[in-house]
Amino acid sequence: MTWTPDQPIVSIHNVQKSFGALEVLKGISMDIMKGEVICIIGPSGSGKSTLIRCINALNDIQGGSITVEGQEVHDDNLDQLELRKKVGMVFQQYNLFPHKTALQNVMMAPLKVLKQNRADVEQRARALLKKVRLEGKENNYPGELSGGQQQRVAIARSLAMNPDVMLFDEVTAALDPETVKEVLVTIKDLAAEGMTCILVTHEMGFARELADHIYFTDKGVIVEHGPPATFFDNAQDPRTREFLSQVL
Amino acid sequence: MESFEAFFSWLYSDHGINLTIGYDSYDRGRFLDGVWTTIKLSVLSILFSLIIGAVGAWVQGSPLRILRVFIGFFIAFFRNTPPLVQLYFFYFAVGTVLRVTGENGLPQPLVSNFGWAVISLSLFAGALNVEIFRSGIEAVPKSTIEASEALGFNRLQTYAYIVLPLAVRVALPSLGTNLVNLVKTTTLAYAIAVPEILYASAQIWSDELNVREMMNVLLLSYIGLVAILVWVLHRWEKALRIPGYGV
Repeated sequence: MTWTPDQPIVSIHNVQKSFGALEVLKGISMDIMKGEVICIIGPSGSGKSTLIRCINALNDIQGGSITVEGQEVHDDNLDQLELRKKVGMVFQQYNLFPHKTALQNVMMAPLKVLKQNRADVEQRARALLKKVRLEGKENNYPGELSGGQQQRVAIARSLAMNPDVMLFDEVTAALDPETVKEVLVTIKDLAAEGMTCILVTHEMGFARELADHIYFTDKGVIVEHGPPATFFDNAQDPRTREFLSQVL
Repeated sequence: MESFEAFFSWLYSDHGINLTIGYDSYDRGRFLDGVWTTIKLSVLSILFSLIIGAVGAWVQGSPLRILRVFIGFFIAFFRNTPPLVQLYFFYFAVGTVLRVTGENGLPQPLVSNFGWAVISLSLFAGALNVEIFRSGIEAVPKSTIEASEALGFNRLQTYAYIVLPLAVRVALPSLGTNLVNLVKTTTLAYAIAVPEILYASAQIWSDELNVREMMNVLLLSYIGLVAILVWVLHRWEKALRIPGYGV
């Protein structure tokens, strides 16, 4: 079966995941269409990060299925490189390569993994750094950049692989309040260009403004989901209401 | 050159300090050959021991248990036995088995004594380098490795481009100690008649009876050789320094 853009780009069906005896995901399902921005919110320990890590096979799952562009992710015969070309990921702790400059961080995967031509890669990398508003920081090492700047390099690095879907795992959680905004603006630009984004976030204002759909997870299940207007103003489940009353 | 030799002749005739390598070109020739042999032995053993260390540390992280066990035995063997015994083992035990028939129809050793010294010393220092590299690898955050996986790097690419370069920086001080020890351990090659500096010096003092003088020359030569290595390591450390990075 070949995937067509009118089908969900990411389809998660009844996913179960345990770490030893601890059940983290207890049957999660969601469909994400191309170009959608999805925010997953919920208390810590509710399995949000685990879920998005399963989407690019950083974690395995014990039950259910996840497909990206029609390709089953948790398949022993999966071409992992094909998946990771489609799905980019940005982490809470940036995880840049500390021994490489900002520009080299962005260029590394296209050069070494995709074996693309150096001149083209460099041109694209410079354009990406410009896009995340880091012109002039090309030759700085991660240790010389602020958290917000490092995170934007990480976004550019991920974009250099030309992914179809971007995963953001609490990407502003480690940042100073004043640098949060610069990263959010970058993500907003991406979303405006039609990039499919799946975010785990604690930025409620941002989720409300940007998301097409909000999922609220607690204790490994989706408690409630809906478009932001309905979700934030008219939550049905008492657990959602309690959570929102604490964070808003 | 003449005044140089005249100085050493004078040093002997007027002060009794008999540095034959100063005024006797034959002795100087064998001594310098010895220095050159020690340098070759050190450089080759350092290179091979670094390769063994890097490859061994990679294999040690392999998902295949049998490979990990093999590396474990390799390390235990070379760490728990004296390097001199290892050298004898290779030269006298393995070396006598590995023979080919030469042009004159007689069996010839396949590997020369110099070759065995390089092999033996590389394995000895390499086994320790595996451990040293591993300590560096353990200092690389798991999240950095995950980021590289998420970008599509496979295990070998992650190791070569991210883990090893970071691990080397952490491991450099202990690596330096081991390599300095390796240079000093090359004297063991004396035992299988590799004409390195100790061997050359011993030949000179047996012929000329100038043990005291040659002992001093020998010690100073090693101080010089190790100083060069330390300088190179220092330059390497400086070149690897990352602006704004902790290690």
